[in-house]
Amino acid sequence: MRRLIKHGSIIVDRWQEIDPDCSAPAHDQICSLGQWQALTDKTGSAVQLEPGQEPAPLYSALEDIQLLVIHFPIFTDGRGFSYAREVRERGYQGELRASGHFIRDQLTYLQRCGFDAFQMADDSSLEAALTSLRDFTEHYQAAIDQPLPLFRRRS
Amino acid sequence: MYVYDQHDQTIIDERVAQFRDQTMRFMAGEISDGEFLPLRLQNGLYLQRLAPMLRIAVPYGLLSSRQLRKLASISRTYDKGYVHISTRQNVQLNWPMLEEVPDILAELSTVQMHAIQTSGNCIRNTTTDQFAGVASDELEDPRPYCEIIRQWSTLHPEFAFLPRKFKIAVCGSAQDRAAIHYHDIGIELVSNDGGEIGLKILVGGGLGRTPAIGSVICEWLNKKHLLTYLESILRVYNQHGRRDNKYKARIKILVKAMGIDAFRQAVAQQWTALKDGPSTLTEEEIIRAQSFFSDPSYLTIDGALAASDLERDRVRDPIFANWITRNTQSHRIPGYRAVTLSLKATGFAPGDITAEQLELLAELADLYSFGEIRSTHQQNIVLGDVQISTLYALWQRLQAAGLATPNIGYLTDIICCPGGDYCSLANAKSLPIAEAIQTRFENLDYVYDLGPLELNISGCMNACGHHHVGQIGILGVDKKGQEFYQICLGGNQAKDASIGKILGPSFKQQDVPEVIDRILSTYVSLRQEDEPFLDTYRRVGIDPFKERAYAQAD
Repeated sequence: MRRLIKHGSIIVDRWQEIDPDCSAPAHDQICSLGQWQALTDKTGSAVQLEPGQEPAPLYSALEDIQLLVIHFPIFTDGRGFSYAREVRERGYQGELRASGHFIRDQLTYLQRCGFDAFQMADDSSLEAALTSLRDFTEHYQAAIDQPLPLFRRRS
Repeated sequence: MYVYDQHDQTIIDERVAQFRDQTMRFMAGEISDGEFLPLRLQNGLYLQRLAPMLRIAVPYGLLSSRQLRKLASISRTYDKGYVHISTRQNVQLNWPMLEEVPDILAELSTVQMHAIQTSGNCIRNTTTDQFAGVASDELEDPRPYCEIIRQWSTLHPEFAFLPRKFKIAVCGSAQDRAAIHYHDIGIELVSNDGGEIGLKILVGGGLGRTPAIGSVICEWLNKKHLLTYLESILRVYNQHGRRDNKYKARIKILVKAMGIDAFRQAVAQQWTALKDGPSTLTEEEIIRAQSFFSDPSYLTIDGALAASDLERDRVRDPIFANWITRNTQSHRIPGYRAVTLSLKATGFAPGDITAEQLELLAELADLYSFGEIRSTHQQNIVLGDVQISTLYALWQRLQAAGLATPNIGYLTDIICCPGGDYCSLANAKSLPIAEAIQTRFENLDYVYDLGPLELNISGCMNACGHHHVGQIGILGVDKKGQEFYQICLGGNQAKDASIGKILGPSFKQQDVPEVIDRILSTYVSLRQEDEPFLDTYRRVGIDPFKERAYAQAD
């Protein structure tokens, strides 16, 4: 089973991987955007966005989504950082998972943008990666983890 | 200038620790070259032709004497005893060792300096007018807004992996000395009809392969919306900027492709979600930022008396008189002037400064200019607040140190990137071209007769030497492994901005000074009275210059 970081600890994934060719995804399977849009009942659903797929089509059903995966095919494509913030700013409360080829040195930024789960392409050194989540204790800007910018908190 | 509190210091210190760990893991083979690339770039580190290059951030060009002394000491301990001032007002070390870079960053953090985001596909150092706060044509000091932008953009979690680099400049004066039309975002402090000062926002300007002049996206924005509006622009760019071709990835390409109206609409849509949110600036925060740039303790001086004393010194010493004319300018406080020190002496790479000169500058800043200096995007140094009565003593010290070349704003005050001698991106050398031109035009009377003239040299299309906006621009190109030079005319970075036009086929290195000579003599023969080069060029067009430049030798 695949391991991932969630809420700062290492857990085993309970979701089945995406299968874009399948016509009727199982209830515990992650859907592609197209599969998800075809679901008649979206309650408890899981959906994965690729770079270039903006989150706007999800907005009308954010409360029904249990897992939103944002996929990073390459770590230098930063579109997913904006997607994450946008869905959190619009009230998404479910699991927000980064998956793919991002690197541990991006974990702080990902977490700040609202991700709470990290599924790395190579899950062999998740324990070491956990320390990167603690690289910074202070930030200038407002983000999802700290909605107030430093200038509203300085003492 | 801005002073860190414990929050700022914590952020910088944690960044040093993070990069130290990343460097160790890279050297242990735990991080690949490709993964380390953006990590090191966002800490200012390039791996260059001969050695790494470390670009140190100088926020909007402001440095204290304490920071100057630290830079001098770092350049001696970790480098070859000199540094280079870049065209983004930053400071570059040309010979550091990779494994020592974390130590350099740790030393910088002790004087509230860093190298964060001086490279990479992220928001870079915000630049401004080198005469900010002292210029007599200023509406409002732009530096508090630069500092607010610096803090917002530093380690911004959403915008560290943009399609391409992103540069912001702010200007607050009638004359634009910050080249805001050539930035991804340009900001100008302007009054609205009711007399309230707000922000005019330009977007999509830039140099590089496809030079473009910025378009107005917002005529007047209330200052409190600065950060939420910038964030909206960046969010549109981060999601829609091209990522398939790095030469088409800058925001200027996106703005052109969408059209400014559609782009403005997309930003407005993002802004509805962010406007009036927590990142909206408070009155207190603007006042706090302004408090770091309030007036130093100027003396009350009789301006007329100071001027007559200066006149006496000028009559006594014509060389001093000439330096006053060329290298100093008026100040909004009576009895003071702003002084520009030229880093463009013939025989020295433009923008280079030695450790000894840095220490001298620190001493002179403490003695004569409230302990601060400014670096300029023309690669010179400014002492912003010099009492007129001390100018003669200051000039004598600068003369002795080779820092009083009286050429500010003239032909030999060349803007020039490090070029093929150092940079691995370059197609051609740029420093020997600068030196050959400076040597050819050593006659200062001729140079002064030509009037203010900007000559800019870049060693490649990335345009670090801003060749598109020089009235005369020179670009190094590679033709089948040989170095050639393309010349363009008519560029201008002021408010009536224009991009230089290519003269014609490129020239061999040894022919460049002769071609420049022909262009200049064409100008001299065509100008009407005191007409500046740019005006003559705009009146007669490129053809007369072209004819003369390509004419066969008699």
